[in-house]
Amino acid sequence: MIDPVLPGADSARTPPPAPVRLSYRDAVREALRAALRADPRVFLMGEDVGRYGGSYAVSKGLLEEFGPERIRDTPLSESAFVGAGIGAALGGLRPIVEIMTVNFSLLALDQIMNNAASYCHMSGGQLAVGLVIRLATGAGRQLAAQHSHSLEGWYAHIPGLRIVVPATIDDARFMLAAALACPDPVLLFEHAALYNAEGDLTPGLAAVDIDHAAVRRPGHDATVITYGGSLPKCLAAAASLAAGGIEVEVLDLRTLRPLDDAAIVASVRRTRRAVIVDEGWRSGSLAAEVTTRIVEQAFYDLEAPVERVCTAEVPIPYAKHLEDAALPSPERIVDAVRRVVGGDGSG
Amino acid sequence: MRIEFRLPSLGADMESATLTEWLKQPGDRFAHGEPIVTVETTKGLIDVEAYQDGQIADLVVAPGTKVPVGAVLAHLTVADSDQTAAPVSSGAGVAPPQATEAGEPIASAGPVEAPPASTSTVTATPPPATGRARLSPAARRRAEELGLSPASLEQAGPATILHVADVERLAAARSAAAGGSAAPADPRAAMRAAIGAAMARAKREIPHYYLGLDVDYGAARDWLARTNARVPVQERLIDAVLITKAIALAAARIDGFNGAFRDGRFEPAHAVHAGVAIALRGGGLVAPALLDADRKDLPALMRDFSALVTRVRAGRMRSGEFSAATITVTSLGAEGADVLYPIINPPQVAIVGAGAIREQPAVRDGQIAIRPILTLALAADHRVTDGRAGSRFLRAIADLLQHPDKL
Repeated sequence: MIDPVLPGADSARTPPPAPVRLSYRDAVREALRAALRADPRVFLMGEDVGRYGGSYAVSKGLLEEFGPERIRDTPLSESAFVGAGIGAALGGLRPIVEIMTVNFSLLALDQIMNNAASYCHMSGGQLAVGLVIRLATGAGRQLAAQHSHSLEGWYAHIPGLRIVVPATIDDARFMLAAALACPDPVLLFEHAALYNAEGDLTPGLAAVDIDHAAVRRPGHDATVITYGGSLPKCLAAAASLAAGGIEVEVLDLRTLRPLDDAAIVASVRRTRRAVIVDEGWRSGSLAAEVTTRIVEQAFYDLEAPVERVCTAEVPIPYAKHLEDAALPSPERIVDAVRRVVGGDGSG
Repeated sequence: MRIEFRLPSLGADMESATLTEWLKQPGDRFAHGEPIVTVETTKGLIDVEAYQDGQIADLVVAPGTKVPVGAVLAHLTVADSDQTAAPVSSGAGVAPPQATEAGEPIASAGPVEAPPASTSTVTATPPPATGRARLSPAARRRAEELGLSPASLEQAGPATILHVADVERLAAARSAAAGGSAAPADPRAAMRAAIGAAMARAKREIPHYYLGLDVDYGAARDWLARTNARVPVQERLIDAVLITKAIALAAARIDGFNGAFRDGRFEPAHAVHAGVAIALRGGGLVAPALLDADRKDLPALMRDFSALVTRVRAGRMRSGEFSAATITVTSLGAEGADVLYPIINPPQVAIVGAGAIREQPAVRDGQIAIRPILTLALAADHRVTDGRAGSRFLRAIADLLQHPDKL
């Protein structure tokens, strides 16, 4: 399982004293570095995380800084090293396990679901699996079907796990610490298309929660609910809609399990119209779950049917034009918003 | 291009009207602004004007038929530029007529072009063929809150989807109609009910704030006396026209008082059409608009005002005058109270009440002097402006009235 190293990936360097503008990749690396410094029980383990610097160059330089005891390259055996992570967590360490892409995590599904997610319940609360698994997810980089799927919605189905999805620089920088502080296994999904995104770290910010959704753009005509790699597309769609006089609210779910029902319902009650944007497949998707919760809890506030913008129900194609056509795009989001707002925009 | 000519909403309180007379027949040409049809509402007879140049293709509704707002009255042939014949007020895409067999022309002007392609619908699913209304869940709940059964709304028969705004408009109209039905033979009761419904909606929905200002009317009074002495009786100006002009000019200069509040936001108007409240003989009140009140000179405005009062009291009004007002002025005249605190006429956002002009002691240059005083009271919509802007607006009116020769 070889994944490309990004050309032009950042080389190892000491962290700038007060980083103002940085990439998502830098933010994740800073989060790892801070966690490793803050707690000697924390270590990072996964395929190519050490000498290679991480398949997306996230952990570049960490081996030199923290040594092979704490930055551990593993064999290509997801089930084995996730199982080792669970054991380490049970033994009192705070492991961070990196799985190269969510597709490969299926090899470790038995460890994740039957063990990590179940031990606390099956031991009557005696065993806490304080494990963080980082996974790259999502398409858009021509890595073809076996490296491009968005399966976070599947994991959000499983009780006992917490699923978090940083979509912004702030969340990329600080969600890891919150995940490590959580007593339950946390799966942290990083969208591969976000690693090169740059943004400003909010000055003075020292921590974020992993409990609440966040309004990334306020609006009153419709709510666009999304997470992860689809957030920039939704914000682009919102900007284009605003030029036409339609102001949508963009809600970033941030945590897919447990879902922040209160934030979803509050926003939809305000706008009375909802569009869910989810890079997962439509059938049986997280978008379906969010839709159902809206219908269950805010049915009488709706002015229009809920719309979903999801990925075409095919294995993600390799060809660029086919991959683009399969994925949610700002244009498709704009069209969906226009459908729910309707011709008159009233009400 | 063939288009539909629909019954426009001529006020927040209007649900339906009875078609009384076609002023144009199939084949007749008409110009923008020319009356096409006369309808009877609770406010009396109103001539509905064309919104563009064109030709009558066929008539759909026969005289004597009562039709809801939004009903297709006729088909028109117009140039290929504009899309709609009547401005569809928010949510007024409501109803094909029930009273007539929809779509069956009662008269036709020979061959006409193919009907227009159907307009886009909100969802890909076609409306059910039963013809019953579809309410959004939010609209359904709002209907229940307002005491309207969804079934009764379904009987209204629209082919489109009703949203919250539609239900609220229908509820206001229903409550007006309910007031009228208690005494169906009495048009005054019907009008009172319609006024009541509109004002109840204004008080319920609009967060009013009120400001008052005493204006020294001496300069205006003296100038008016000098001017009127020089012109024939029929050209003499009255206080109300002077005051209306000052208010219209101030509304054009100070943002936030001239326009409409629709769909949760303020839409400023580009022209100032000053609604003037006119009492009807036999009771009741209407507030048709003096169009472009800020741009017309005083003699022209006076002519318009006289014509308007004559038409209104004769019970013949024009649709443009009814739907057009962007701000309203109301005045009680010489025998009225000193101060009039008005209620905003939705969807407008401001109304100015002028009390009786009366002699009273006022401080002028450190002395107590007897001056003619006009008290202006502004009621404005707090969703759009606040007291600071309101004060600027009132002071601008007062300043304008100090230089009546420049009005």
